[in-house]
Amino acid sequence: MSILVIVEHQQQTLDPATLSTITAAQQIGGKIDLLICGENISSVANQAAKIEGINQLLVAEHACYKDQLAENTCKLLFPLAENYTHIFAAATTWGKNLLPRLAALLDVPQLSEIIQVIDANTFVRPIYAGNALATVQLEETTILATVRTTAFDAVQFGDNQAVTVDLDDVYENDFSRFIADDLSNSERPELTAACIVISGGRGMGSGDNFSLLNNVADKLGAAVGASRAAVDAGFAANDMQVGQTGKIVAPELYIAVGISGAIQHLAGMKDSKVIVAINQDPDAPIFQVADYGLVSDLFESLPQLEQLL
Amino acid sequence: MKILVAVKRVVDANIKVRVLADETGIDMNDTKMALNPFCEIAVEEAIRLKESGSASEVIVVSIGTEKSQEQLRTALALGADRAILLQTNEIMEPLSVAKLLAKLVQEEQPELVILGKQSIDSDNNQTAQMLAALTGRPQGTFISQLSVDDCEIHITREVDNGLQKLSLQLPAVVSADLRLNEPRFASLPSIMKAKRKPIDRRSAEDFGIDLSPRIKHLKITTPEERKSGQLVTSVTELVAKLKLEAEVI
Repeated sequence: MSILVIVEHQQQTLDPATLSTITAAQQIGGKIDLLICGENISSVANQAAKIEGINQLLVAEHACYKDQLAENTCKLLFPLAENYTHIFAAATTWGKNLLPRLAALLDVPQLSEIIQVIDANTFVRPIYAGNALATVQLEETTILATVRTTAFDAVQFGDNQAVTVDLDDVYENDFSRFIADDLSNSERPELTAACIVISGGRGMGSGDNFSLLNNVADKLGAAVGASRAAVDAGFAANDMQVGQTGKIVAPELYIAVGISGAIQHLAGMKDSKVIVAINQDPDAPIFQVADYGLVSDLFESLPQLEQLL
Repeated sequence: MKILVAVKRVVDANIKVRVLADETGIDMNDTKMALNPFCEIAVEEAIRLKESGSASEVIVVSIGTEKSQEQLRTALALGADRAILLQTNEIMEPLSVAKLLAKLVQEEQPELVILGKQSIDSDNNQTAQMLAALTGRPQGTFISQLSVDDCEIHITREVDNGLQKLSLQLPAVVSADLRLNEPRFASLPSIMKAKRKPIDRRSAEDFGIDLSPRIKHLKITTPEERKSGQLVTSVTELVAKLKLEAEVI
């Protein structure tokens, strides 16, 4: 087996999602190479080379890969694919944008969001918002999959010094242009990496009321999330959305406030270790998955919670 | 500008599906079906582009059994001009869907293809990216904003850490995210009118593409259920339990 893991990074830092993806690759066994592309990525490349058990680090450093768009990144990946039995990327928006395009160029199917590696050809992935698990098998020259990062622990950095191979192929992007990023600048931990997440739903009533959640989050060092209903209602930004079509989280503690517990929300958080639900409606489905439920008015209980922490 | 929108018939979003006891699939008996929510957003966006004068024609296509015509009628009632149904009994994988759509793109030559980002049954999130690859065109995935400017579109993408703005040369393929728009409800007159709009039925097998599934489903199982928890009566009790019992804070 030889596996290529595509490294996700934000210019200076390696995305932790990649570390979980490498763990999934290790469960297949065999030689693992990493591919990094971008501009000014030497520090990320140095970090990646230290990861335990990495064979080779392929580095494509050029201005044309700066924006990491799928169109030309896939052209770079296409000729490399024949060297690998598997190509993995994290099931982040970046990985999900990239990998299906590569799969189609290679004329192979792609598996989305695998949560378990059974053997080199057999994997488990959730379908129907996680209400069913599909055990799937495929025989392809190269198997492409995105990896749900909450399902695999992060691999450790070590003293490894993986061999670095520079790729100097330059593929300009002819037909899509990067214009701007509008990234959230939160001091709080990132949702998918946080140990504690506190999320608000439609019951929050307004975007302003999210400050009640923020206050509790600051006491706990927690990330703040939102249900789709809250995003739909304009209370919270889309990048805060936890659910089937938003982010998948599995923190040590998940606190759902004013969230009814629609199927699509449960899909994004039901693998959390401990779930707390605070809701006025005792019949809300969220209580069926909660370890601790508190039937109460969130406008009273959130300030109390903030005080007690 | 001609716009092609592909739509999928899926289990209604509010239904919690049940796995069959023999683990071969999902119980689809009497299950309420609907237009995939993201496909509905894609249709709405195409219609808005037509209403604003940016688009001249909106064509909807679905791939599946005869029953998928119900979802095409829904799209026609929302305002699409005509529909194409590629009939097949095969379970369609995203790669096969993308190959069929690529053939239609060749025939119809739309400047813009809008898809939903993901269907809520198989949860793949692949078809738009694959279609863009097969047609050699740029892709704008998970978009929450779209504007047309001559031979380019400007899009805003919903990404993990915020928003990303790109410009794509037309023709292009985009996939709709949740906040792109809020789909309208079809009015009764438009539902009636939709019944007279044409649906062109064709066999998916006639396109000369091997549609047989390449991913084998060994079994479909129910995930482990969470054990039911306990109700607490006060915030004080909650904090105590989290500290002493669960030991998470």
